[in-house]
Amino acid sequence: MIRDSFILAKRTVTKMFRNPEQFVDVTLQPILMTVIFVFIFGGAIAGSTGKYVEFALPGIIVQTIMFTSLTIGVNLNTDIQKGIFDRFRSLPIARSAPLFGAVLGDIVRHSIAITVTLVFGAIIGFEFNTPWWHTGLAIVVIIAFAVSLCWVSVLIGMLARSSGAVQGLSFLIVFPLTFASSTFVPASTLPTWMQGFVSINPVTHVIESMRGLLTGNTGVAGDTLTGQLLWVIASCVVLFAVFFPLAMWAYRRKI
Amino acid sequence: MTAAIEAHGLIKHFGKTKALDGIDLTVETGRVLGVLGPNGAGKTTAVRILATLLRPDGGTATVTGLDVVHQAKAVRRTIGLTGQFASVDEDLTGMQNLVMIGQLLDLTTAQAKIRARELLEEFDLTEAAGRLAKTYSGGMRRRLDLSASLIGRPAVVYLDEPTTGLDPAKRDDVWDMIRVLVKQGTTILLTTQYLEEADALANEITVIDHGKIIAHDTPQGLKRQTGGQTLEVRPTSVDSLPRIRELLIKFGTREPEQPAPDLLAVPVADESALTHLVAAVAAEKISVAELSLRLPSLDEVFYSLTGQKKKDDSKEAAA
Repeated sequence: MIRDSFILAKRTVTKMFRNPEQFVDVTLQPILMTVIFVFIFGGAIAGSTGKYVEFALPGIIVQTIMFTSLTIGVNLNTDIQKGIFDRFRSLPIARSAPLFGAVLGDIVRHSIAITVTLVFGAIIGFEFNTPWWHTGLAIVVIIAFAVSLCWVSVLIGMLARSSGAVQGLSFLIVFPLTFASSTFVPASTLPTWMQGFVSINPVTHVIESMRGLLTGNTGVAGDTLTGQLLWVIASCVVLFAVFFPLAMWAYRRKI
Repeated sequence: MTAAIEAHGLIKHFGKTKALDGIDLTVETGRVLGVLGPNGAGKTTAVRILATLLRPDGGTATVTGLDVVHQAKAVRRTIGLTGQFASVDEDLTGMQNLVMIGQLLDLTTAQAKIRARELLEEFDLTEAAGRLAKTYSGGMRRRLDLSASLIGRPAVVYLDEPTTGLDPAKRDDVWDMIRVLVKQGTTILLTTQYLEEADALANEITVIDHGKIIAHDTPQGLKRQTGGQTLEVRPTSVDSLPRIRELLIKFGTREPEQPAPDLLAVPVADESALTHLVAAVAAEKISVAELSLRLPSLDEVFYSLTGQKKKDDSKEAAA
């Protein structure tokens, strides 16, 4: 089962290197987002691009990972439509191996996206003001969040009729979650009613944890780094507890 | 001989549709069974049950003596699957696809590579091994699909409409490969919409429609039941039609039909009718644009088996 999952994870990774559009998702796209936000909006939002890159880069990483983690549903749906899952199912492997393989493969994709964004950030002036292991912890935090969130996408991928529908629905979830947070602007600049949502939005806490761990600037949304991390852990546990069983139920029903 | 595939009273419902309504199938080891039927007849459903992809709602089935429901994993070790479903990954190369499946079948990476190379060679795909499967032509795709299902040297192979959508030359290639499998002693269950294909490959043919078996026979027996072959003649000039009709009445077993304004067709008892007709046409110096002997189409098989014209079921989902 574990060996099969790794073999199938390798499939996800191989496909990423073989297909420009999937590779762009985790390399060029975060770079492009960084360029657009830092150099175009940076001056207007934070007064200077140098200040803004410190603020925005953690947010851009989180946003990239959120979008990447939701493609799993699209990919699984496509695999089922195209009959690739029927091939897997006719082989003597565990039923869940293709699913866990996809999740494992995505962790590799996330790691590439994070590395690319951090390296590019460093090149354009992002300063890591914290011990090195804080950066490591930041990476663990965001990947843990992605792995908890991906079950939402798996569930949608199993229930929706077409991969296009999966994509549409996933975006409908990710867009408000990433933008109605402190990804690009400090929460204090938002209207009061929205701040209510932003403060309970788990994405806000993931971003604040990342900021705290990468730049040392904690408490932007009014909580300590430990407080933010606890929020993140709680969000991961809730997301996982609710959506993992649902996703597995939908997966077993279909597979 | 023992039966490699044995199914009794298979039933499967999809909502209110009875996809399978009590199907019995037996395939002896090393033999080829052709399952013939139109779209939506239940062919694919039957294969999916025998391949452990679907659970039957009723009935039992064993493959090499193993129960498809209770010993599904053991069954999966003995079968290979090719067809409309059970596809390869288009975003991987031919080689990568085969190696991955080999690894999933518990081969080591080195063994999987050796086996993949063997199959690519055998199926004439060595040159395309390093290309993404999505760049393959239709015929190459089928060959890759087929090799993917043979990696584990399965004792039983299911071929679900292996040639649908292929042009005649590519179809012949696939047929040749299937014949090689038969020679190696593989048991094959083949579904098809073409009597010609079942006739060319199968030892026995089961005809199914609306989830029920409506005929089971050897190809020869089935052809006898369904009026055998049809002789078709298209004269260069329509003025010759009346004379050709007279000749066809003489050689045919039934009243000739006129499927097109300039075409006459009649069922014949055997191939000798063709020789006789050619001789007669030549003797009378009638100019003929087309003269052919063909097996009955699926429509005609159904017509003679059920006595009624088949309605167009092609839009029905091939469930």
